[in-house]
Amino acid sequence: MNNIELVFPEIFLALSIMFLLILGVFKKESSKIIQNASLLVLLITAVITFNETISVDQTVIFNSSIIIDYLSSFMKIITLLAAFIVLIISSNYLRTFKIFKIEYPILILSSVLGMMIMISSNDLIVFYMGLELQSLALYVLATFNRDQIKSSEAGLKYFVLSALSSGLLLYGCSLIYGFTGTTNFNLIAGQFDNSDYALTFGIVFVLVGLAFKISAVPFHMWAPDVYEGSPTSVTLFFTMVPKIAALTVFIRFLYVPFLELIDQWQLILVFISIASMLFGAIAAIGQKNLKRLIAYSSISHIGYALAGLATGSNDGIQSSVLYITIYIVMNLGFFSCLLMMKRNNVYYEKIDDLSGLSKNHPLLSLSLLIILFSLAGIPPLAGFFAKFYIFKSVIEQSMYFLAIVGLLSTVVAAFYYLRIIKIMYFDEEKESYDKDHSLWLKFSLAASTLIILIYFIFPSQLVDAVSKINII
Amino acid sequence: MIDISLGHYLTLGAVIFSIGVIGIFLNRKNIIVILMSIELILLAVNINLVSFSIYLGDIAGQVFTLFILTVAAAEAAIGLAIIVVYYRNAGTIRVEEIDSLKG
Repeated sequence: MNNIELVFPEIFLALSIMFLLILGVFKKESSKIIQNASLLVLLITAVITFNETISVDQTVIFNSSIIIDYLSSFMKIITLLAAFIVLIISSNYLRTFKIFKIEYPILILSSVLGMMIMISSNDLIVFYMGLELQSLALYVLATFNRDQIKSSEAGLKYFVLSALSSGLLLYGCSLIYGFTGTTNFNLIAGQFDNSDYALTFGIVFVLVGLAFKISAVPFHMWAPDVYEGSPTSVTLFFTMVPKIAALTVFIRFLYVPFLELIDQWQLILVFISIASMLFGAIAAIGQKNLKRLIAYSSISHIGYALAGLATGSNDGIQSSVLYITIYIVMNLGFFSCLLMMKRNNVYYEKIDDLSGLSKNHPLLSLSLLIILFSLAGIPPLAGFFAKFYIFKSVIEQSMYFLAIVGLLSTVVAAFYYLRIIKIMYFDEEKESYDKDHSLWLKFSLAASTLIILIYFIFPSQLVDAVSKINII
Repeated sequence: MIDISLGHYLTLGAVIFSIGVIGIFLNRKNIIVILMSIELILLAVNINLVSFSIYLGDIAGQVFTLFILTVAAAEAAIGLAIIVVYYRNAGTIRVEEIDSLKG
């Protein structure tokens, strides 16, 4: 077999999952060992991915059903690092709810494996298998706090809607297969004639399924409920990691097989993007729960990332990838703050619970201030640059309407971010929160805040890394 | 006798698919019905894939079908497990009573 070393990361991850599962079953009280071993596995997989694949030119293996290129390596490394940080900062939260079990890290590892397969997929079958491996693990993660009605309801809603979206996506796959005669992305590209309406139907169905997975309007209705009901550490995972994989599949699915049909899908993407940006900004205004608020905020951020994809240019793709990277850093900071709002073993997640935070916790509220300003896109923080690259590539393609709507919804969104800051700094103070947080939680908050703050001094590192992505 | 062509199979697939989707959205009673509707959707896709596979003389569609069958079984297992967990907490699986998350 040629080039099998390119899938070593996936093979290593799969073997480790099975080994850890068996270890966890046979060894009593092993949740701490499994947790640490899983962290190690994620790190090693990231290192292998970096070593084996980052400098490889575009290569297809396994009968061209798996593709390894710079985009896949970059996205895999981000996925692995994000999963690593989620796992490491969630252990205290899980202990508080007495759900620090062996299944948690193993489920995270298996969903990460599914995402890595999705990211590398160059074939409808492989893509579907990766997607399902990811989703099946995520259903269980959403239900992880199983004695709490909210968590089990979140899992139930996520299961029903996600299974429905998988069904729609599969129906689209079957139509694409039927009217092109192949499931391979590269082969599909040369197989169709533009007048085939059934093929357009297939593309629309697959796009609907994918939009469900990244919670873009009009297929967002699961997101607020699931984000609110799931345990906070799982919500953190949901808002960051699956979106990377789904966005990569979005890029590959649209730009490899169907680039010639850009006239047909561009309008759909522009509509989804505008609807997500506006809806996310407006619906977040009335929210009282921080997790629900961040759900709407993530819907609107996904709208911006999709605006980059709608351009149909390489610049657009690069700006989308850059946007999602910075979005992940900001989200990480926000959730680190959320995980610090603990008093006497109870976690608080209402916006009112933040009132007067600055009096007792000046440092925490300063970080939250920076993160919220960045989420709102205020210069010179990282969030501003992310939006700037998107708007730049959109305007270069003369899509002025999309750019104007995007700017307007930024203004609307700024309102609810600023409202939180007002509550934090000017409202009456409440009892202070615990201060004995784990070292890693403090580290992730400090690191994400610092990256957001000093991004404008070294913007070229990330821009250079992203500019090697070359799809078209 | 009429010949049964690809179009007939595709129509059957589309009809079953629509029944599945409508079943999820119109159903206000029981979650088990939703689970059955999801199964229907996946079966409709399988009918589509197998008939395309025969029509094109290409084996990939049937391979895809086998994968989908396997995944459908796993999905049903996890779905039922989640429903059991929910029933333990809420004491009901009526769709209209699943409303503790709102806002």
